[in-house]
Amino acid sequence: MAYALQQLINGVTLGMIYGLIAVGYTMVYGIIGMINFAHGDVFMIGSFLSLIALLGLSALGITSVPLALALTLLFAAAIAALYGWTVERIAYRPLRGSFRLAPLISAIGMSIVLQNFAQVSQGARSKPMTGLIPGGFGLTIEGFTVQLSYVQISIVATTLSMLALFTWLVTRTSLGRSMRACEQDLKMAGLLGIDTDRTISLTFVIGAALAAVAGLMFLLYYGVIDFYIGFIAGVKAFTAAVLGGIGSLPGAVLGGLAIGLIETFWSAYFSTQYKDVAAFSILIIVLIFMPTGILGRADVEKV
Amino acid sequence: MTALLSLAGVTAYYGAIQALKGVDVEVNEGEIVTLIGANGAGKSTLMMTICGSPRARDGRITYDGQDITQLPTHLIMRRDIAQSPEGRRIFPRMSVYENLLMGAHGRPAAEASETMEQVFGLFPRLRERRLQRGGTLSGGEQQMLAIGRALMSRPRLLLLDEPSLGLAPLVVRQIFGAIRELNRTTGLTVLLVEQNAFQALRLAHRGYVLVNGAITMAGTGADLLARPEIRAAYLEGGH
Ligand SMILES: Nc1ncnc2c1ncn2[C@@H]1O[C@H](COP(=O)(O)OP(=O)(O)O)[C@@H](O)[C@H]1O
Ligand SMILES: [Mg+2]
Repeated sequence: MAYALQQLINGVTLGMIYGLIAVGYTMVYGIIGMINFAHGDVFMIGSFLSLIALLGLSALGITSVPLALALTLLFAAAIAALYGWTVERIAYRPLRGSFRLAPLISAIGMSIVLQNFAQVSQGARSKPMTGLIPGGFGLTIEGFTVQLSYVQISIVATTLSMLALFTWLVTRTSLGRSMRACEQDLKMAGLLGIDTDRTISLTFVIGAALAAVAGLMFLLYYGVIDFYIGFIAGVKAFTAAVLGGIGSLPGAVLGGLAIGLIETFWSAYFSTQYKDVAAFSILIIVLIFMPTGILGRADVEKV
Repeated sequence: MTALLSLAGVTAYYGAIQALKGVDVEVNEGEIVTLIGANGAGKSTLMMTICGSPRARDGRITYDGQDITQLPTHLIMRRDIAQSPEGRRIFPRMSVYENLLMGAHGRPAAEASETMEQVFGLFPRLRERRLQRGGTLSGGEQQMLAIGRALMSRPRLLLLDEPSLGLAPLVVRQIFGAIRELNRTTGLTVLLVEQNAFQALRLAHRGYVLVNGAITMAGTGADLLARPEIRAAYLEGGH
């Protein structure tokens, strides 16, 4: 019972991170009908940017943890947003209107470029970081102590605030309305005077910024990153987006939670070694039996 | 007087297929001009080419004295041109209210709510449905919404592509009545594409006939209505 509660806490924390990444996949898919395979790598870049910022801030003598985290979040989100913008500009926009597989191939290429860039510039070995937010709450039930760490609380709180901010943006602001208009009918959006290219760029920018926040959360949670985390986390977040119904924003978050929970419970009760296999198997099963996902719409397929 | 909108020798292609073969059309300020022609003649292509999608390959499109041929679509649409396109293209997962707001994209909020009141005055049905999703409206309501959305940008030139398609005669009369009313009271210039040639020619000051991507006839509404070849091709049952 207590053990399961512990897994629930861990699973939700992890699931929030996946959900934050999944939002980026689902947004881009919604608007241009393309899977941005480089998105996971932008997440990885965001994680490295966070590490660099944290080390830099500590070298500058900033000791306040909340201040350091806030500055790191802004820095990583801003620079990752620039990456997102650049990826769209050089790898996808020139291919708009060409055959369907072209941007997909370009996306895979972009993913490889980013991975190699990180590997060459940061080295192939894992980068550890000492725990920035130690401690937490402990509750002993039936001889088992359930841990709720401050890191987990921070991750869930930050992720929820990001999602709230993002939901407000999409549902209440003019930019959000333009994004939804482009998602529902790109051509009509143009006919109403919306700069559709700019709106698509901003979608990439926002998705990348959210991924960078996820990158920071990942770094805080695991305390170690390498150039390959983008691929693994990317595939899981993509699975989350598909599971939730690609194109659906609440679906992405729900899918993320589901994947986080499945992965955690799987590791806890079956095998840690096969935890990634579990996520990938789910992807395949969902794609075969439930291609529109939990909250997906049948009409989401772009022509 | 120079025309508000003029197309000179405009061609347009879909891949290798030529859809417009050197079209000349002029629309003067304050006029209702209709474009009639059979299915597949290129009427919708002409409307979309004015908006830069597809882009004219040859020829020149000028609006209000300025060359807009190469302008990006969104910049063309920001010059008080609005289109209610073929198939209505309502945003299905936005409310009526949000669909209308999209029409006022980039305009001040105070102006938008004022214009929305005018649109509701024209189509009271939309006010009743304002919180309903666009995709759940009936065909007639969607058409009203498409026209209302186009009006939200306070256009000088309104491009209307088949507003009567699939609608009951009563709704068609209401929509045509609204177009005439807008033209008379606000001086709105209208370029109207219609399958329903009889009603369109009666409403319009002038008309053009498009056949296979080329203009074959032009004249006043009454003039075209009286021509036997028009009667035979577009009015008496046949297309
Ligand atoms: N998106 C498109 N791609 C390829 N061909 C098209 C497209 N839209 C229209 N066409 C072709 O262009 C011609 C003119 O079509 P259209 O302008 O829709 O005619 P109308 O509105 O008069 O019925 C037709 O032969 C049609 O098949
Ligand atoms: Mg048509």
